[in-house]
Amino acid sequence: MATLHIDGKTYEADPSKNLLEAALSAGLDLPYFCWHPALGSVGACRQCAVRQYRDENDKNGQIVMACMVPVTDGARISIADPEATEFRSSVVEWLMTNHPHDCPVCDEGGECHLQDMTVMTGHCSRSFRFKKRTFENQYLGPFLNHEMNRCIQCYRCVRFYNDYAGGHDLGAFASHNHVYFGRHEEGVLESEFSGNLAEVCPTGVFTDKTLKGHYSRKWDMQSAPSICNHCSVGCNTIASSRYGAVRRILNRYHHDINGYFLCDRGRYGYEHGNHPDRPSRPRLRSTKQSGLEPETTEVLAAIGSFLNEARGIAAIGSPRASLESNYALQALAGREAFSIGIAEASSAVLDALVAALREAPGGPASVRDIEHSDAVFVLGEDPSNTAPRIALALRQSVRQVSIKHAAAHRIPRWHDRAVRDLAQGRKGPLHSAWPAQTRLDEISKSAFCESPNAIAKLGFAVAQCIGEDSSSSSSADSPLQKQAKAIAADLLEAEQPLVVTGTALESEAIIDAARAVVSALAKAGKSTVRLAGIAAEANSIGAHLLQGQALESIVAKVMNGECDTLIVAENDLYRRLPHATVDALLDKLSKLIVIDCIPSSLTRHADAFLPAATIAESDGSLINCEGRGQRFFQALSPKENLHATWDWVGRIQVECQRSDTNPWPDLDTILAKMAADCPELAGIREAAPGAGFRIHNQKIPRSPRRFSGRTSILAHESVHEPKPPEDKDAAMSFSMEGSALQPPAALVSHYWSPGWNSAQALNKFQEEVGGPNRGGPPGLRLFPGGQNGRPHGSPSTESAATPDQLLAIPLYQVFGSDELSNHSAAVRERSEPLAFSLSAKTADRLGLADGDSLSLRIGEQKLTATVRLDPVMSENLIGIPVGLSDTPVTYLPLPAQANVCE
Amino acid sequence: MSLETHIARKNLAIHPKERRIILKHADRPDYDASIDCYLRNGGYDQQKKAFSMKPEEICQEVLDAGVRGRGGAGFPAGMKWKFLDRKSGKPIYLICNADESEPGTFKDRQIIHKDPHQLIEGMMISAFAIQAAQAFIYIREEMPYGAKILEEAIEEARAKNLLGDNILGSGYSCDLVVHRGAAAYICGEETGLIESLEGKRAYPRIKPPYFPAALGLYMCPTIVNNVETLCNVKHIIEMGGHAYAEIGKPGNTGTRIWSLSGHVRKPGYYELENGVHTYGDLINEFGGGLRDGRQLQAVIPGGSSAKVWRAGERFKGKLRSGEEFDWAIEDVPLDFDGPMAAGSMSGSGAVVVIDDSVDIVEVLANINAFYAHESCGQCTPCREGSLWMKKITTRMANGGAREEDTALLASIGDQIAGRTICAHGEACAWPTQSFVAKFQDKFLDKAKQDPEQLSKRDFRMV
Ligand SMILES: Cc1cc2nc3c(=O)[nH]c(=O)nc-3n(C[C@H](O)[C@H](O)[C@H](O)COP(=O)(O)O)c2cc1C
Ligand code: SF4
Ligand code: SF4
Ligand code: SF4
Ligand code: FES
Repeated sequence: MATLHIDGKTYEADPSKNLLEAALSAGLDLPYFCWHPALGSVGACRQCAVRQYRDENDKNGQIVMACMVPVTDGARISIADPEATEFRSSVVEWLMTNHPHDCPVCDEGGECHLQDMTVMTGHCSRSFRFKKRTFENQYLGPFLNHEMNRCIQCYRCVRFYNDYAGGHDLGAFASHNHVYFGRHEEGVLESEFSGNLAEVCPTGVFTDKTLKGHYSRKWDMQSAPSICNHCSVGCNTIASSRYGAVRRILNRYHHDINGYFLCDRGRYGYEHGNHPDRPSRPRLRSTKQSGLEPETTEVLAAIGSFLNEARGIAAIGSPRASLESNYALQALAGREAFSIGIAEASSAVLDALVAALREAPGGPASVRDIEHSDAVFVLGEDPSNTAPRIALALRQSVRQVSIKHAAAHRIPRWHDRAVRDLAQGRKGPLHSAWPAQTRLDEISKSAFCESPNAIAKLGFAVAQCIGEDSSSSSSADSPLQKQAKAIAADLLEAEQPLVVTGTALESEAIIDAARAVVSALAKAGKSTVRLAGIAAEANSIGAHLLQGQALESIVAKVMNGECDTLIVAENDLYRRLPHATVDALLDKLSKLIVIDCIPSSLTRHADAFLPAATIAESDGSLINCEGRGQRFFQALSPKENLHATWDWVGRIQVECQRSDTNPWPDLDTILAKMAADCPELAGIREAAPGAGFRIHNQKIPRSPRRFSGRTSILAHESVHEPKPPEDKDAAMSFSMEGSALQPPAALVSHYWSPGWNSAQALNKFQEEVGGPNRGGPPGLRLFPGGQNGRPHGSPSTESAATPDQLLAIPLYQVFGSDELSNHSAAVRERSEPLAFSLSAKTADRLGLADGDSLSLRIGEQKLTATVRLDPVMSENLIGIPVGLSDTPVTYLPLPAQANVCE
Repeated sequence: MSLETHIARKNLAIHPKERRIILKHADRPDYDASIDCYLRNGGYDQQKKAFSMKPEEICQEVLDAGVRGRGGAGFPAGMKWKFLDRKSGKPIYLICNADESEPGTFKDRQIIHKDPHQLIEGMMISAFAIQAAQAFIYIREEMPYGAKILEEAIEEARAKNLLGDNILGSGYSCDLVVHRGAAAYICGEETGLIESLEGKRAYPRIKPPYFPAALGLYMCPTIVNNVETLCNVKHIIEMGGHAYAEIGKPGNTGTRIWSLSGHVRKPGYYELENGVHTYGDLINEFGGGLRDGRQLQAVIPGGSSAKVWRAGERFKGKLRSGEEFDWAIEDVPLDFDGPMAAGSMSGSGAVVVIDDSVDIVEVLANINAFYAHESCGQCTPCREGSLWMKKITTRMANGGAREEDTALLASIGDQIAGRTICAHGEACAWPTQSFVAKFQDKFLDKAKQDPEQLSKRDFRMV
């Protein structure tokens, strides 16, 4: 630690930081624009000027840019210096010469960093008396608005989009005072991280387009800490609502997971809750004919009698449902008659993944660990499409080498321009093994594009090379061995090697191979090796820990007559089993009860339907792919008739007289019950403070202090202000009343601090700028690592497909493969239609060209789509995107043999 | 159109007091840009001589010669070469800055058009001296014919093994290529130039941490020198460093090609021994003085970014030698240190003479329009401040001056200088700062003039 003197006061500061970071970390207000805690410094805006003195005798000092000067022990600076102060005010005045003065109609207004900095510098009267520069805006797709007139040329957008996220289609154009930030021509921004521009841009150039569709000011929204449930990474979000609907998702800083950034699936998937066809009323098949809408009590009573009259009850939960909801179903139906709703094969692969995560040295890698790794082997995953935030972290991992290189030249990592200049595009090793082209290929040192079996073989070969320390290649090596040796050498050379694997290819062998690589590295003395796993859905891991039955066994119970009544929550069985199987199951059932928040093929068949609250409307817990239990809270109290699945199940328990009162009237009760029944999940209670938590006897407000118009929200109906809903589940209030103090990180629902109205108030919620959340990053990691539980696997001996057979493998789309976000209009707009991927050679052999139509038979199912040539895919593989909503076939047990239909 | 018609015209009336070293042959009617002509006149002899020397010896000669950079900053070339990082093991690059874009400057173009082989010889000697692996000529986009001439000359030299592989059997190899610029003034700033050469936008780099001599082009040690500077190297080899240093004055050695423009009878370029003449000599003797009936109003002593001098002002102070001085504009020595002592700079050697026929506010308006257009757009003070200053001076020139404009201009200029990423900040601030300070009365008067009258005047921006 260094000692820093700022305006006569003494502070401790981290010498690896710059003066701006140190000042902000000390809680001081120093304005800035171009610096960003995750993007570093480029010294472009000149907003952070301070005066620096050589020593205590130096009376003159000189003006420096705080973001460009490293902290040194004994450094003396002045923020209050009149000349520096005047200069900072001039910088804002300059920026405002071209910035429109129409904050009231700007989407950024009220949470604008430029507004905050303008006020902070004290600039208030304008001497510029000319016309302002104007630009034309561009259409950039469904996610972002573009209002270039608001640009202050801080260059953050291109630095994030291109330098950080690897985008290619956003640029800085023209020069001098006409620098333009946009695309070379109008069109959809390609990067799946584009939405972050809404938060990265300090003004209203890039703003959230979905928010504009139902706009509300930041201060008028009611928000809560939530978790993204569109993949297994579990990024932390803030869900904000007004008028009973979610209005937008913002990034919620989690030091070890998402940091400052989300992916677009996660940011824009929320609108599944605003889908016009969302089922929002309880329904009974028996009253459907009459056209009458049954009362909730009526539906619950009917469900009660279904269950009471049942020969046997089974329950199917879901890996996209919360732990509590899955647990509630398990408690209702009993362990033997409960499934988390995935097929046996998937369950076995998930089991392998969980075993690998338990075994991972030091526990599973967090996203932050991934960022800091300096050699990576991605085995059988396509993170850009299955876990985008991990892909973004991998893009940072290849930069570690340049950061280290810079350090050797005594260039600190925050000096972004200097680090990148010095790196000259140099990248650290990232090896990926995935059957088709991926968006990470462009930063990969090698890409192994073969069948799942071959990928597993490569993995085991790498493990063997590490074990035998035979990384020097010999001429007798097969291509696979050569590649394995190269990968092994890179991993062995790294300071922090990382293996990433997952369930995407439904292959236990791949996961076992990843385990083998990790343990070989550990044995070879690489104690720093980490393993990151990617699971299929937001709560795959959590649901798995409840140890339900495989889906097939529930089907068997129904088919053999053991059970005749089935309750399915948040799960479209048509996406889990072959259509014919589900049809037969439904035929056999006497009663089907469905609970869900989106319309699905299954809901149509329900005898009773209960509308579930979405994640933003409910409380609960999820366990992410790192094994971290995380809590989400209601951003709004949903309309009557909408409840979390676990709450519905509690009510059902009363109806079927299993219990006199709701067995879990609130979240803490069900958490306690779950902890008692599943000791492994007991820790989940610690993921966030319980409902009884108070600060000075006060709850934590969900709305900012400046929340306005509470009385006017319903003024068109009644002038009486209704009492805000009580919240029995959380330590938060549905109002702006409550403690003004900063809550624990798990309960932070908005970033605000005096003078800091924009999202950048986040600085005040961290222990140091860019550092851990105050009080520690929220959530609780369940897997400490090092638990040996599964025998070591070996490469599958399965024979390779014969040359003229096709092996169909699953491919994923960031926009399209996730069921929930497919119901969000903006995400839907970005998804692509079904197409088969195959190599030019295979296409040639089949007499097909790019764009031709092809019909395939896979098992019992037939599927037709256009052909898209994949430049790297190996012969006889055919990639089929899974999870898409617009296809007649929503389930295929891939990988599987495929036959071409004439 | 043939190349011939676009070649800079010969100046057939060379002033007898000029001391032509660099331009010795350039304007001879019988002299052309071909290698044969160059060889006939002793061309490439110095390269041969240099290649028989040790590289360190050449560097020492250049250091002894004390030759200062002719591109603008006047930094001693030998010293710059000394800073070169030779331990990194990376290739070393030599770049000739032929972006000549400071308004008022037209000297490099004379060399390029009329005596391209001199530049090539100077460069190959310099390349050998610093052991460069590759040399570049970064030429201004607006000089397409210059680029063609250079390209042809390079091919001629290559054919004679004066550059390329194993030059003259010395075992030393170095290729030379012409790179056409990106048509922006900022491409002349050396780190902007390097970025541009790397294929990026010419955003100047932040210094520190990187200085080109250690981490330049592609992060390899790089020397950037002006055309004229590199030509001088040939003559240093010919004369020997110490003999070269005899020309001119200590610290201001050699000759310098001055580009004289504005309200003089004989605008043009004049190669003069440093420190021997004064600005008065240049204007009155070489330039033939002002037009009849005109009074001197101002002089910009070193390219449009240099601080202006107002006719009649006096400069007082002490020279480094301890000698006191009290100069009028006409007395300021024509070298590097003279204009510096007089509060300005010799810059690129472009002297702009302004008589009383023009409105000084219009002059500044014109200059401001240039710098506002040429800001790269990277940092706020220069990008926004230069445009604002331009808008004010344009409005003032067009009859819309306001009383507060003068003070506002001064305050904007004051806030820019010294607070930007590159020296374009000073380049755009100095004119405004100096014009407003020195001609405050005229700027204030503007606000009192009848706007009706002024708006009828034909004043257009470049
Ligand atoms: C804005 C700006 C423009 C410049 N333009 C030129 C130019 O056109 N030609 C040039 O030789 N030097 C130019 N320079 C100076 C160069 O940065 C550099 O100092 C010079 O090329 C070094 O060569 P020298 O040491 O031989 O003078 C410019 C500098 C600045 C700040
Ligand atoms: S668009 Fe936004 S982020 Fe990009 S330069 Fe302009 S103000 Fe900065
Ligand atoms: S990476 Fe996954 S968890 Fe994170 S925002 Fe995207 S979809 Fe959500
Ligand atoms: S001072 Fe001007 S030209 Fe130089 S980097 Fe800044 S904006 Fe660009
Ligand atoms: S924040 Fe320091 S220059 Fe932009």
